[in-house]
Amino acid sequence: MADISPQDVLKLARLSRLQLTEEELHKYAAELSAITKYVEQLSNVDVDGLKPTTQVTGLKNVFREDEIIDYKESPKDLLKNAPAIEKKYIKVKRVLG
Amino acid sequence: MSWASIPEVADEVLAGKTTATANVQKSLDLIAKHKDHDVIIALTEKRALQRAAKIDERIKNGEDVGRLAGVPFIAKDNFLVFGAKTTAASNILKSFEAPYQATAIEKLEAEGAICVAKANLDAFAHGSSTENSDFMTTKNAHDKTRVPGGSSGGSATAAALHLVPFALGTDTGGSIRQPASFSGVVGYKPTYGLVSRSGVVAMASSTDTIGPLTKTVEDAALVLDVISGKDSLDSTTIERNKDSYANLDKEDPKDLRGKKIGVIKEYLGEGIDPEVKKTILTAVEKLKKAGAQITEVSLPSLDLALAVYYIVVPAEVSSNLARYDGHRYGYSDPKAKDLDESYELSRSNGFGSEAKRRIMIGAYVLSSGYYDAYYKKAQTVRTKIINEFNDIFKQVDFLVGPTAPTTAFKIGQNSEDPMQMYLSDIMTVAVSLVGIPAISIPAGKVAGLPVGLQIMAPKHHDRELLQIAQNSERILT
Repeated sequence: MADISPQDVLKLARLSRLQLTEEELHKYAAELSAITKYVEQLSNVDVDGLKPTTQVTGLKNVFREDEIIDYKESPKDLLKNAPAIEKKYIKVKRVLG
Repeated sequence: MSWASIPEVADEVLAGKTTATANVQKSLDLIAKHKDHDVIIALTEKRALQRAAKIDERIKNGEDVGRLAGVPFIAKDNFLVFGAKTTAASNILKSFEAPYQATAIEKLEAEGAICVAKANLDAFAHGSSTENSDFMTTKNAHDKTRVPGGSSGGSATAAALHLVPFALGTDTGGSIRQPASFSGVVGYKPTYGLVSRSGVVAMASSTDTIGPLTKTVEDAALVLDVISGKDSLDSTTIERNKDSYANLDKEDPKDLRGKKIGVIKEYLGEGIDPEVKKTILTAVEKLKKAGAQITEVSLPSLDLALAVYYIVVPAEVSSNLARYDGHRYGYSDPKAKDLDESYELSRSNGFGSEAKRRIMIGAYVLSSGYYDAYYKKAQTVRTKIINEFNDIFKQVDFLVGPTAPTTAFKIGQNSEDPMQMYLSDIMTVAVSLVGIPAISIPAGKVAGLPVGLQIMAPKHHDRELLQIAQNSERILT
């Protein structure tokens, strides 16, 4: 796998909804290349017959009754951190053109 | 001015020898006295004093106020707590006010404990030194020119300076154990799932754990006993021990006969400071003299753990940080003209450089074309590491090694090179990927700086781990 170029970083930044300066694109390209180079040591590891681990609790399908649970928090408390609200709703910028 | 053990502090309050209010005042005075260590992001002073007054009144009325009556504590600032902002030491959450409290905080309050302040950390717990905090760098309690470790660096310095009887931290890849090692205190990382993550700012959900930083193992065990257990607000929580974690056996504290301890060969090889290695080997020798059966063990895939960690964790970080969209909560850039610009400006100006770095690595390893080669491969090597730990625990009861390869490094020494910073987690990340419990206890000093001994146990063996850690603590000091 090749080095990560400033162009690759630009693509990753767009996917991640980040805006980077030209200087940052070069800085991250070098840093991300160093990190991916380090982790590439995994490519030659023999994992024949092994399955990936996604969680380590040993728990399976944690269910609860499908019922309404009253929480202490009022909608007002939950909305107080939103940058813009209208009535009981969070106000966002126009989604559909 | 210092503190007795947690049970003694609570007993004194219950016996009327002191009050919860006096304890809160004492911790606030200690915090003020050590202000130059940059430990505290915000005080929860007003609420703490109100709660203390209520507890004092309830004690006067003969009510049961709990096992931690009037015991002040400090929480890392990624715990949702009332009475101050919850920032995770990040600009993007600078103004965030918790609408509810973390389960761990609720459980501590239910036993009469009082949160007095929020401690500094690497922003979003991304780091090993607190230098990634968007606000300030905490100083090491033993040498102000050095880092306290991280990411729970503020909590570690708070425990080391004994500003309060205990501090809470979080550990995703070593963030409780490594700062405990650097700061000369006890740091406990429980079995994954033992303590609810509800109300803790998410970093990497498959390895995030919560635990105490304290002066002694006894205090750590008591805090764990209070905060552990299943929680309907976190479906990844597991059943706790029926027995208390706090009532450890005190008879023959220096007897380790019959205990099988494996010394991990890979953690004493290349890359470890020779003086740290010497300190650890001396500690191991003392455990052997106390009767422990010591054998050298090898986990060949351990050398791969850091590589696995720095794929899995950024992947989870990039997912968890996707919620910061500038709309629901957190920083919202006022200059944005449309939806896309609002996302981009809020995130670009709100996140620090380490968060951005991890988000982009995460996006990279999860992107189509690279997913199998990086993410899936890492999760499969993770299985290989888990299998090796399972196999080794058929031969030994516990594993030991250093907590970190060095003592506390100088502020600025590693901050320009992310890869170098990541290497300071090399001895703690495997435990996190496997989900087993581990503790760091003081093992000695090198040139005046503390060295931590890391002890690991199989999953769910938290009580056994605390017991041997308490015995070891008494043997080593």
